[in-house]
Amino acid sequence: MTEPDITPELVAKHNLTPEEYAHAVEILGRTPSYTELGIFSVMWSEHCSYKNTKPLLKTFPTKSPKIMVGAGEENAGIIDIGDGIAIAFKIESHNHPSAVEPFQGATTGVGGIVRDIFTMGARPVCAVNSLRFGPITSDVGDDVRSLKLNSESQSLVTSTPTNKDEDAQLKNNRRLFSGVVSGIAHYGNCFGIPTVAGEVYFDKTYQGNPLVNAFCLGVLRHEQITRGAAKGVGNPVFYVGPATGRDGLAGAAFASQDLTEESAEQQRGAVQVGDPFMEKLVCEACLELLATGCVAGMQDMGAAGLTCSTCEMAARAGTGIEIELDKVPQRAANMSSYELMLSESQERMLIVVHKGREEEVKRIFDKWDLPWAEIGIITDTGHMKVRHGGKLVVDIPAKKIADESPVYQREAKEPAYIAEVKAFRLDGIADTTAPADVLKKLLAFPSIASKNWVYRQYDHQVRDGSVVLPGSDAAVIRIKTDSLPVMSAELAAKVGDPTVSEKLIAMTVDCNGGYVYLDPYEGAKAAVAEACRNLACSGAIPLGATDNLNMPSPAKPELFWQISESVRGLAEGCKAFNAPVTGGNCSLYNQSPAGPIDPTPTISVVGLIDKPEHVTTQWFKDEGDAIILLGDAVDQADPIFGLGGSAYLQVVHGKKNGSPPRCDLEVAKTLHSTLIGLIQSGLVKSAHDCSEGGLAVALAESCISQLIARETPRLIGAQIDLSQIKDVRLDALLFGETQSRVVISCKALDAVKVVERAKLMGVPAAQIGKVGGDKLTVKTAGGEFSAPLTELHDAWWNSIARAMA
Amino acid sequence: MKAKIIITPKKAVLDPQGKTVQTALAHMGYTGVTGVHIGKYIEIDLAPGTDKAAATKTLNDAAYKLLSNPVIEDFKLEIE
Amino acid sequence: MNFAVLQFPASNCDQDAVHAVRHFGHAARLVWHKDAALGDTDVVIVPGGFSYGDYLRCGAIARFSPVMQAVKQFADNGGLVLGVCNGFQVLTEAGLLPGALIRNRDLQFHCENIFLKTAANDSPFTSQIPAGKILRVPIAHGEGCYFADEATLAKLKTNNQILWQYCDANGNLTDTANPNGALQNIAGICNEKRNVAGLMPHPERACEPLLGSDDGKWIFQSIFAALKNKTVAPAA
Repeated sequence: MTEPDITPELVAKHNLTPEEYAHAVEILGRTPSYTELGIFSVMWSEHCSYKNTKPLLKTFPTKSPKIMVGAGEENAGIIDIGDGIAIAFKIESHNHPSAVEPFQGATTGVGGIVRDIFTMGARPVCAVNSLRFGPITSDVGDDVRSLKLNSESQSLVTSTPTNKDEDAQLKNNRRLFSGVVSGIAHYGNCFGIPTVAGEVYFDKTYQGNPLVNAFCLGVLRHEQITRGAAKGVGNPVFYVGPATGRDGLAGAAFASQDLTEESAEQQRGAVQVGDPFMEKLVCEACLELLATGCVAGMQDMGAAGLTCSTCEMAARAGTGIEIELDKVPQRAANMSSYELMLSESQERMLIVVHKGREEEVKRIFDKWDLPWAEIGIITDTGHMKVRHGGKLVVDIPAKKIADESPVYQREAKEPAYIAEVKAFRLDGIADTTAPADVLKKLLAFPSIASKNWVYRQYDHQVRDGSVVLPGSDAAVIRIKTDSLPVMSAELAAKVGDPTVSEKLIAMTVDCNGGYVYLDPYEGAKAAVAEACRNLACSGAIPLGATDNLNMPSPAKPELFWQISESVRGLAEGCKAFNAPVTGGNCSLYNQSPAGPIDPTPTISVVGLIDKPEHVTTQWFKDEGDAIILLGDAVDQADPIFGLGGSAYLQVVHGKKNGSPPRCDLEVAKTLHSTLIGLIQSGLVKSAHDCSEGGLAVALAESCISQLIARETPRLIGAQIDLSQIKDVRLDALLFGETQSRVVISCKALDAVKVVERAKLMGVPAAQIGKVGGDKLTVKTAGGEFSAPLTELHDAWWNSIARAMA
Repeated sequence: MKAKIIITPKKAVLDPQGKTVQTALAHMGYTGVTGVHIGKYIEIDLAPGTDKAAATKTLNDAAYKLLSNPVIEDFKLEIE
Repeated sequence: MNFAVLQFPASNCDQDAVHAVRHFGHAARLVWHKDAALGDTDVVIVPGGFSYGDYLRCGAIARFSPVMQAVKQFADNGGLVLGVCNGFQVLTEAGLLPGALIRNRDLQFHCENIFLKTAANDSPFTSQIPAGKILRVPIAHGEGCYFADEATLAKLKTNNQILWQYCDANGNLTDTANPNGALQNIAGICNEKRNVAGLMPHPERACEPLLGSDDGKWIFQSIFAALKNKTVAPAA
């Protein structure tokens, strides 16, 4: 096969700058071959090298005594959870492919993150995801349109879509949404992993550029941690999994480019197709193989396929690796060296085996009817060498290409719109006179509405470990003995009794992209605070976090400013809550001709709950219970009283403006530890935090979100009295999104004790009502409103199903 | 040499996929569609020179036992 | 009591079945699909999951696994066999139970709790379920709609082979309570000899209050009781 000559145009097509190319030439000491050019292109793409974000990522807190494998070391981070057990987790994005082919893009996103977990030697036990799409309903106006107040009935009137173009957009957004959810369901369900939590947001900013962030968590014993290092000169290198085809060619480079019609069309062939059945078999086989002790190192072939895995494994160990492409199982005819090295065919693993123990790979992979091939050997040259058809086609110093990837310190400049945002005030925004209608409208707003249409498609109970299912603030799973990977004979002998005491792990994923757009630093802090607040509501103390930065292009200073400020906020938040970042993912260039997306630094925080009795859910439990608000009802120091960037402003007034509610990390920390203390004392019957839609939405959700079974919700009302709170706008009180507030319920007899305890700990607290009845009634200084629970429930529960019908 | 097997749902069996596609066709403006049934098409590559009669017998058996479920599906086999 | 839980490629609920049985203090082990013999076994559980990726049809390929020959023998000799979800699908494909499971009528995968009414208390799988008790158990399937032709349905009725039906909280067999369109809200059945049963819901996911419901325990208790009363152990 003849390879094309290297020309400046070819280099540019490979997304390498002339400087980067010159550096590659320097490393090689000669002009690269075509295949080598492809390899540099993917290894030095943003997705693989983090060249634009490395300096920022270094500012994350990444250490804690419990961290066993930290950020940047391996495919996923690992945290000790006691009794010799650890959890491995990470979040990853698959945004660009999902825009092109939503089902397969989402499918392979899940596949990729699951592989990152079992490649560490952990058994994957649950998944979580964060999804964002353009609007699927037309109830949010942009800055020009807004909902009008009908002067006669004083009820809100929706403006209907006025043009065909918007209709087409809605249809496309629904198509992407439906495709992505089906893809995740298909992969997770078939693989056999419960998808237990998530978030879904709909906003114009994600139109044509959906975000799909997939998280996976696995469990293992400390001794079972497997590294992706090519250790042991002379050890054979095995390829296991399905044959290689032309899928996803240069997908990593595709991910690092802007999404235009042209790039999408060209890349249609680039979307990888996932096979969850294959992945399940590969996972079981790999875990069985690890138990034999014959594995010296293992890495999955994810982004940049064979290239990345061979390169990184050699770089980590400081060894060299030599492979022969003729030995690689192929399912397409006449594949070139370039194609074989860069293909992103799914479900493949690279395994370095201790010399002399090759039989075990063959035995186990034959048992599971999986293809395998011995394709190479570990050397001491420090070079990655690839042969094809007898010719040496690649010869690259592994450590250099991995460690000397370019790093850019981009310029950051505060954009002009920020001044406008800071100056935004509420004059000209009329206070609400129809709070019950607004509440219904917000409950029906797809970003707030119940996501049951989504999670009912996910098996969230397989593996017998789901304690709190989707529908509460955080998911809770239990880890039991059979969650752990099978042990090797030596380990089994050492451990003796394999039974482990059950552990309860809580997790959540959060980010309000609108907040981050309006104030990247505060918005990112708020994302971490919200995640930790959700954990606290479940009774969990944070252990660690994983982040997925979904950002626009770093080349424009104003956009890079958003990225660096977001990272600053995330870093501070994670430090304050003792949730070190164990790893994560960067997805840049999320922009289309319509513009960049809101900077969206999704954060997933994982926590530990001490005892089953401490597991707390968000819905009210019994008639007569007291309802207490922890935290200040309204941030009086905020000139716009917590309405900045609020769902209320967007849905009712068609505005996305105003500085988001301030997040005081000290106040948040105190709130969370106090809440957990109250939960651990057995005083709290339910806990639900205030976020989008504010206090009214949190109260409504506490009344309507419990589900007994299919079509069988348990609705339980509340009588709320907020009349003590005076001199505050009604909309700010009910729908403002002031940070650090939680609605809890407790036995009536405990109310005084709870309020006193909270105040003693420095948390503002007041009883605001009682549980009971079939309505939500709220008395305020200016009046009273009430809504039947059945109406609230119908708006909240069925909204998305109606939009998707 | 190829064997072509077309598998269709029995008339009595609920075919929600077929119904959904029928609705979609109507929305696209196609009139005169009175029903849609969704099945499967399987192509089996046979070694050149295979005895057609023997293959027909074997594949009919395979189609009955594995490739289709006689409780809910019918099949048609062609060898060329 | 020895429970054998079959393990096909991509059976995902095999461990859950083992866990549930052991939770009640009985012995359970996994039996690989390529094994031709079941060994010392009192009950076979064919677990849920996505055996063979649900390719071709759910359970269509699994039913030809070598181990299924042994299961058929075991069933012919009167041994107890319980198929859960994908396991139910495997048993219908294998002809050990009548009818078939097809795609849910709304074409969506459904994971949710449902209510079950026990339609026949006189079987080794339902004898211990308190009379009139509505069971709350989870389902998780995309192809759980039970279908059988008129003649088969009539026979099931005559022989009291319908064991469980989807119902609402009050035990009414409504259409709303039916998650997948199954004829006559059928969630589970048994064979004529009443030793082989299959159901789409997952009782093994409802054995501990921590997980939300322990109503699944009644089905397991029924099997334990049936084994205790058996005088002849079926040949392996």
